[in-house]
Amino acid sequence: MDPIPLLQVKHLKKYFPVRKGIFSKRIGWVQAVEEISFHLHSGETLGLVGESGCGKTTVGRCILRLLEPDAGEIWFEGEDLLRMDAESLRKVRARLQIIFQDPYSSLNPRMTAGEIIAEPIRNHTRCSRKEIQDQVSFLMDKVGLHPEQAHRFPHEFSGGQRQRIGIARALALHPRLIICDEPVSALDVSIQAQVINLLVNLQEEMGLSYLFIAHDLSVVEHISDRVAVMYLGKIVELAKDTVLYSSPKHPYTEALLSAVPIPNPKMKKQRILLQGEIPSPINLPKGCRFYSRCSYRMDHCREVDPEFKDLGEGHWVACHLY
Amino acid sequence: MMEFHSLLSIRNLRTCFHTYEGVVTAVDGIDLEVYRGETLGVVGESGCGKSVTALSILRLLASPPAEIKGEILFEERDLLKMSVDEIREIRGNAISMIFQEPMTSLNPVLTIGEQISEAIRLHQGLTRQEAWAKAIEMLQMVQISSAEVRVNEYPHKLSGGMRQRAMIAMALSCHPRLLLADEPTTALDVTIQAQIVDLMERLKEEIHTSVLLITHNLGLIAEMARRVVVMYAGKVVEEALVEDLFSEPLHPYTQGLLGSIPWIGRKMETGRRQLQEIPGMVPSLLEMPEGCRFHPRCPRVMEVCKGEEPPLVQKEGRRILCWLWK
Repeated sequence: MDPIPLLQVKHLKKYFPVRKGIFSKRIGWVQAVEEISFHLHSGETLGLVGESGCGKTTVGRCILRLLEPDAGEIWFEGEDLLRMDAESLRKVRARLQIIFQDPYSSLNPRMTAGEIIAEPIRNHTRCSRKEIQDQVSFLMDKVGLHPEQAHRFPHEFSGGQRQRIGIARALALHPRLIICDEPVSALDVSIQAQVINLLVNLQEEMGLSYLFIAHDLSVVEHISDRVAVMYLGKIVELAKDTVLYSSPKHPYTEALLSAVPIPNPKMKKQRILLQGEIPSPINLPKGCRFYSRCSYRMDHCREVDPEFKDLGEGHWVACHLY
Repeated sequence: MMEFHSLLSIRNLRTCFHTYEGVVTAVDGIDLEVYRGETLGVVGESGCGKSVTALSILRLLASPPAEIKGEILFEERDLLKMSVDEIREIRGNAISMIFQEPMTSLNPVLTIGEQISEAIRLHQGLTRQEAWAKAIEMLQMVQISSAEVRVNEYPHKLSGGMRQRAMIAMALSCHPRLLLADEPTTALDVTIQAQIVDLMERLKEEIHTSVLLITHNLGLIAEMARRVVVMYAGKVVEEALVEDLFSEPLHPYTQGLLGSIPWIGRKMETGRRQLQEIPGMVPSLLEMPEGCRFHPRCPRVMEVCKGEEPPLVQKEGRRILCWLWK
């Protein structure tokens, strides 16, 4: 693995204002992403898991600058994306692509599958019509669609096929990093396996890197080399997949893992039930964000926000226990 | 092993919908048995007819376009032959249902309390005040904090997990003998799902309800069910005790289904990066393949599968709809 990471995110921060009343007075902030740092090597898959509302999608969108972060640095291939002008950003985005969650709303219903896949090629290169057509056929074949279906509209495809169109579109410009934002959660299990296998095969073939955002812990374990767990806008734990899943350190990771039902009726495991639900991310109190639901909480945790520190061998945890 | 008495038995249920494109048979001649005190899991992918089965039991499908045929015997009475008044007496009382989406299945213009107490008043003949007190009691039972306050709130003020709890409170308020749970946790986060599963298990013990658990989540089935029915394209393709199904799936579809899900911990054992996939996709209900419905996707397809419908094979207390085991 090369020493300089492909992507390096430092102290990323994104707040959304909460407005109310006829003058849209700002009454608070949603701390969607608070001081997040991580890196991603070339050819690697980093899983980003968390429950709804934890800010994982916001992280993905900030990296692409589909949302403007409020603070931080995002280094991609040695350049800081946040200090880039629009033109250079446009060029970088050819190598930095995204696959969206919902294959129903992320494809333009008035464009054919072929047009959808050809659009990035037309925007970024000077290929002739013939070359574009060849490339579209090549890409469709690669993701397991029949090139003859290029003139069909998205509604004529099934969910799994639509997700394949989205993948072909993301691959069109030979990207180095693809942000996969819940790419399989809208699909049935048998189709989910097909798409996961496709993503794994494409990665090996084309040397892609993935930032794999999902809420399904078993899918994330399957596909990732390293996994980061988010809770209320912060990464609470980051480690190699086998380490994280076999010996989780953070109480939240531990509870999250024990909550996943395992498809083996002979294994009756001890479940850690978290009390309550995720608190609202508006105007959070100081101290650890997991304090209210944590079973190991100490007085200290209410006062001081734990630091995100390295326990060795790339196992990062934000908890006062360590 | 204790003896089980049948509570609900479905015989040759066939539910079709008359649409402009033709007749769609969503459930095509299935047989099911739910015994007293057990949890029967029903698994399958979208469009396999598992939800339609549940809706058919309570006759919640508008007819037309739906047409329900066959027999659904609940405590030896055929639900399909009952008058409207008789089935209303059953709904929400002896049989109740938890729906998948807690967002859309609660009435947004009634408070939680009004919705829960309605069923109690209707079926148990309690007065308004008594029913209201019972509603609060039910909310406390499903562990909603400050139930006296929540009872006056509208569904939009509750979180997804709380709405699902409120719906469970409503479903259990008349101590049903059969609970139909249609994807009860699918819309929820895993930590909340664990809370709801725990709650359902506990309440099942307390009020001795049988549960028909419909889900696509095999993990949930493994944790909650005693027996499992696997459905594919409107048919029951396999039925077995949960341990047998997971240790030795017999139908090629069940085998494929179990192979296609990633399990936590399995990667460490096998180190495999590839999931087993089931090629192709679920057939449209309008264009069912001839013979076995699974044959275009089946890795062990034989000549006979393409032309003739597979037989139902009984084997050591299991049922398999497949030519392989003939």
